[in-house]
Amino acid sequence: MTDTPAAWPNDIFTALKALDVRQVAYVPDAGHTRLIEMCLNDNSMRAVPLTTEEDGVAMLAGTWLGGERGVLLMQSSGIGNCVNMFSTLRVGRYPLLTLVTMRGQWGEANPWQLPMGQNAAAILKLSGFQVHELEHAEMATDTIAASGRTAFEANHMVAVLISQRLIGSKAFAPAGGN
Amino acid sequence: MWDRNRSEEYSLRRREVVEHLIKDMDDLLIVAGLGAPAWDITAAGDRPLNYPLWGAMGGAAMIGLGLALAQPGRRVLVITGDGDMLMGLGSLATIALQRPTNLSIIVLDNERYGETGMQATHTAGPIDLAAVAHACGFEQAATIYNEDEFDQATPAILEGEGPMFFDIKIRAEEPPLILPPRDGAHLKDRFRVALLGPEKGVNPTV
Repeated sequence: MTDTPAAWPNDIFTALKALDVRQVAYVPDAGHTRLIEMCLNDNSMRAVPLTTEEDGVAMLAGTWLGGERGVLLMQSSGIGNCVNMFSTLRVGRYPLLTLVTMRGQWGEANPWQLPMGQNAAAILKLSGFQVHELEHAEMATDTIAASGRTAFEANHMVAVLISQRLIGSKAFAPAGGN
Repeated sequence: MWDRNRSEEYSLRRREVVEHLIKDMDDLLIVAGLGAPAWDITAAGDRPLNYPLWGAMGGAAMIGLGLALAQPGRRVLVITGDGDMLMGLGSLATIALQRPTNLSIIVLDNERYGETGMQATHTAGPIDLAAVAHACGFEQAATIYNEDEFDQATPAILEGEGPMFFDIKIRAEEPPLILPPRDGAHLKDRFRVALLGPEKGVNPTV
């Protein structure tokens, strides 16, 4: 194993910049740590921490009304919080780009994450999203670019699910093992 | 204490408050929460830069935040109800952290859920929404009970340095329905065209 950080968060950030994304609404997740930090440090982006994910959905409707582009960063458990607000964007034919770090998948050790993780894609599809699974780091740039094009040019809701296998599963065992 | 009837005696009337605030204010970008606030802004004159909600409960203030951040040179006025604001209390913490100087939020607080049968909300009890906003970090936050206080606050709402929050206690009443267009895509597109022009408004490209 190496300590060199993975390149895909940088690739996502660069792809978001290329899409001219200016507002980044987020609820923190370990898998989004580096991306959020890059957005917070970028002068052309406004990174907005939320208290609940559906606030980000509403905020990004206002972002689009005002002529800017945004993205919502959240963990898969946040999808359930958003369902009614998704309907507002759907009925308005708004773009929405959301990047979801997955829990409840590969190697998940917290059973409380399993229900939302296992149902995330289905809930998003029922809500009207096009859903892309990002499982390989080398696909990050293309996946964000393609998703952004569909979101912002076709006025559609698009979710990128960043797989837990790519992020790495969270270890709960105390040092020294359990 | 939960006094479910006291708002029937409040002196300020919702339609008069809204008309006084927005009549002929052509440059205002207005987001109205679902239900009566959406009907109120429409009664004052439907216009493309009105964004009345037919749903999205809890989201009016956050739509205002995204809009205010995207349009820092324009005044954004969120006009919503106590029910919508109660559902999105956390948004006050988020907005205060961002400090959008061009955003004003007013709550038309009749202490009722108007669209579902005028049932009492929490604001008929001990909660003080302006105190919540102030505790979240809104430096300008106050409750308005009468015409004098409303007249004094009006310049701040329309022009003052925000973010600001006013909870306006209004009489519980049900004025005639004046409905805005229902189609969400139409409401969005007409707003963007009026604000951004026809090309960027409807046909943006990456």
